[in-house]
Amino acid sequence: MNPSKETTPATPPSAVLVGRDVSKVYRLGDVEVHALRGVSLALQAGEFVVLLGASGSGKSTLLNILGGLDVPSGGEVLYRDHVLTTATDRELTRYRREHVGFVFQFFNLLPSLTALENVELVTEIASNPLPAADVLGRVGLTDRLHHFPAQLSGGEQQRVAIARALAKRPDILLCDEPTGSLDYPTGKIVLEVLERANRELGTLTVVITHNAAIAAMADRVIRISSGEIVDVRHNAARARPEDLSW
Amino acid sequence: MVSALHRALFRDLWHLRGQVTAAALVTACGIAAFVTMLSAYRSIERARDAYYADYRFADAFAQLQRAPMALGAALARIPGVTEVDRRIVEDVSLHVPGLLEPATGRLISLPADPSTGLNRLFLREGRWPKPGPSDEIVASETFARADHLAPGSRIGAILNGRWKELRIVGLVLSPEYVYEVAPGMIFPDNRRFGVLWMDREALAGAFGMKGAFNDLALRTATAASLEEVTAAVDRLLEPYGGLRAYGRADQPSNRFLSDELSEIGVHATYVPAIFLGVSAFLIYMLLARLVATERGQIALLKSFGYSNARIGVHFAEFALAIVALGSLGGIALGAYFGAGLVRVYHDYFHFPALPFVLSGSVVAEAALIAFGSALVAASTTVRLAVRLPPAEALRPEPPKTYRRGRWETIGAFRRIGPAGRVALRNIARRPWRATMSVIGIAAAVATVVVGRYAFDAVDELVVTHFQTVQREDAIVNLRSAGGAAAVGALARLPGVLRVEPFRSVPVEIAFAHRRKRTVLLGIPGAGTLHRLVDAQRRPIAVPPAGLVLTRKLAEMLGARPGDRVQIVQLDGKRLRFEEPIVRLSDEPLGVAGYMDFRALSHALRDAGTVSGALLQIDAARREDLFRALERTPRIAGVTIRAAALQTIQEVMDRSFILMTAVMTVFASVLVVGVVYNSARIALSERGNELASLRVLGFQRGEVTFLLLGEQVLLTLVAIPVGLGIGSGLCRLLVPVFDRELFRLPYLLTPRTYAFAALATLASSAVSGLLVAFRIDRLDLIAVLKTRE
Repeated sequence: MNPSKETTPATPPSAVLVGRDVSKVYRLGDVEVHALRGVSLALQAGEFVVLLGASGSGKSTLLNILGGLDVPSGGEVLYRDHVLTTATDRELTRYRREHVGFVFQFFNLLPSLTALENVELVTEIASNPLPAADVLGRVGLTDRLHHFPAQLSGGEQQRVAIARALAKRPDILLCDEPTGSLDYPTGKIVLEVLERANRELGTLTVVITHNAAIAAMADRVIRISSGEIVDVRHNAARARPEDLSW
Repeated sequence: MVSALHRALFRDLWHLRGQVTAAALVTACGIAAFVTMLSAYRSIERARDAYYADYRFADAFAQLQRAPMALGAALARIPGVTEVDRRIVEDVSLHVPGLLEPATGRLISLPADPSTGLNRLFLREGRWPKPGPSDEIVASETFARADHLAPGSRIGAILNGRWKELRIVGLVLSPEYVYEVAPGMIFPDNRRFGVLWMDREALAGAFGMKGAFNDLALRTATAASLEEVTAAVDRLLEPYGGLRAYGRADQPSNRFLSDELSEIGVHATYVPAIFLGVSAFLIYMLLARLVATERGQIALLKSFGYSNARIGVHFAEFALAIVALGSLGGIALGAYFGAGLVRVYHDYFHFPALPFVLSGSVVAEAALIAFGSALVAASTTVRLAVRLPPAEALRPEPPKTYRRGRWETIGAFRRIGPAGRVALRNIARRPWRATMSVIGIAAAVATVVVGRYAFDAVDELVVTHFQTVQREDAIVNLRSAGGAAAVGALARLPGVLRVEPFRSVPVEIAFAHRRKRTVLLGIPGAGTLHRLVDAQRRPIAVPPAGLVLTRKLAEMLGARPGDRVQIVQLDGKRLRFEEPIVRLSDEPLGVAGYMDFRALSHALRDAGTVSGALLQIDAARREDLFRALERTPRIAGVTIRAAALQTIQEVMDRSFILMTAVMTVFASVLVVGVVYNSARIALSERGNELASLRVLGFQRGEVTFLLLGEQVLLTLVAIPVGLGIGSGLCRLLVPVFDRELFRLPYLLTPRTYAFAALATLASSAVSGLLVAFRIDRLDLIAVLKTRE
């Protein structure tokens, strides 16, 4: 199957995020960088998607555009029946606030707030959040609620960040190299948490990584290279994170 | 060739330009305050010294009743006396065209050759009067300009009971009247008081003073003892009704001028100190942050083989660059403000010329102080950078550790939202920095409070004095003491509702080894137009017997109620008598002794004699009364309360607005400097966490609140602290303003507090918003990939 033929997919009713012919051109000094060249994709509710690509492939740019952090130079992005590409900054903020959960490579927790308070910071502004302590329980941190980030290990910090992202019941969870700064066993624990959250809460989860081993745990693997989708693969069965190795 | 390190220095300065500017501005304010005040001080001092020397300002002065000119030879023989000037000085009532109220003129004799003698005049315009009897006078420029008089103008005067028209032929200035104020007043009223000079022969003829003098000015040798000279003068003048001789320190105009100079001197120390202290703190914060963010670079430089000393110099240069910028701006600003201040002073202190001089020494002192404060600020942080071992410096800064304070267990804390917690924990984590921020903002609040204090206090002083103490509408001074008939005549004038006589006697009061020349006032015990007040400004009665002293006068004598003091009458019969101090009074203006009118008459053995009267008048008939007073012989002068009050108000309003504006601008710079810099540093330290919150869908406002919560809290704490410091500083200033001429009460109005608080809040909010705009520019994408 030629993935580029998948361009204008008939949007299935369950598609949460749809990108049509998305392109992004940066100017770096005098050089034009084509970060994305006409990418089209549709992401379904409850799906676990891995965006696989080398550094500089454009996968982060795509994630930023899907997350409403960046606007494409061409093409269209739809969240359900909302067009994100023409949204104002304020509308994009609302989109992120209500529908998107982010997990960063470097966790980015507020060092002056405890684990529980970091999650509460988000639940306080969400319309229908999960109880902060419960979500922290789901990621296995029941006994670390009152620790400050500096008192937590990297993996624990990342799990707080995941809890923070999930607590508002987002439709979409976007994870940018969530294991990138973690060691092997810790990274696996974090993946387990992501997998379970996807399974139990049914949140569309998009993980971008350059680690091909992670791809096995996805429903669908989208490979990106030089700003284009070069391959889309559906896994018949999702591998369990504990069975992955890299 | 600019070295690589210097290029890095310029880049850092440019990169941090907002904060560098803020710190440089605070430095500039400190230096500007210093240069403004010190250069004004030195300019005035210089003009004064030159004026006094060139125009031969006398060293000692004495007033007397009348002595023959021949006494001059004996006076000149007093050891230490180098020059004697015998003059005639008479206060007269004037009619000035275009002026509703009568004015008071002081007529002074002018030698045939005006370029001889002491206290020589500077002829600004016109010519000298023709020698010999004539109606020609020269008038003080100040008075003439205030009343729109010029050479050729005529004014009416009562000379020794006879109406005479005087013709102004020239305008002059005198070193004796640099501050031209009517006797007993502290604010000049140049429309209603003026000094006039008339040919000696003409004046002597008008006042029957041929071959005599009643005023003495002396020059003394530098080494002469003023005390010995005045004692000798007093001995010689005693038979001629001499009032005690005094030196320059007690010469009214010179005294006002020196008081003002010493006041500038006080402000010239603490105001710059506050600003330079805060600027040192800002530079410290900036450098500390710079060292933290450039850990890697420092390590790199060290690994390249740059010496610790070179790296230390690099960061010290950063501090010095800020201060150099601030000093340049401050010196320029100070020169501008200084010239302005000198112009303001020139309105009150009249010199032939008062050029603004910015001396090299002032500039050098300013630069030295500024650079000193920068080095103090840099020393700690530079040490930090130098001590950093290269290997450790290459690792990223360790994560910020936070702890829950014990205070967090308090129930109220649980109800505080996340923004509040973030703010409180940031403060708890760096208590020293928070304290310094509070002190910096508080200093600004205090600056505003102190800037307005003098005005609050003078306002209260004026209100107390003119509503409680001096309640008459007009004071009429008689030329020579008169009797009951004179009072009766005043009562019959049109529009006079009430007349209260008073007796005013120049005396010397002595207690133990201290003595003090002053005035003893006899006022009717049942009088209502001049009342004494206690410390709470409540009226107190004049006792039927004994003496009431102004508290300040009692302090100067070291006497207390119950003590008996010796009184020497300095005019008339020169009686000596003793009176007990019955109580003290607290009127804010001037000092005096008070006795019941009758008791004083009894003590002076001249029952019924009056020096003048206080009048209550019918406002509707003012003009009739003023015209009548102008033409009544025997009146030496009339003081109109409403006019005096209006003048004070005008003087106050003008300087108040200027002072408040300057102080508020300076204080705002302080607040902006502290808050802006703190917020920028917070943004630099916490930019990542705030950007991630924006990614998570936090709106700008919410993120701004999280960023600025700390500054809001610190500002809110600093305001009451600053109000406290400000009122404390004002308390310290109270003794500075505890003078014989006037005593400023300790008083600050709620308006001043509110103004200081609001001005601080406003500038704090502005600085916060300036930083908040930067939140828009946070790179949300970069944050996903950057490590803390």
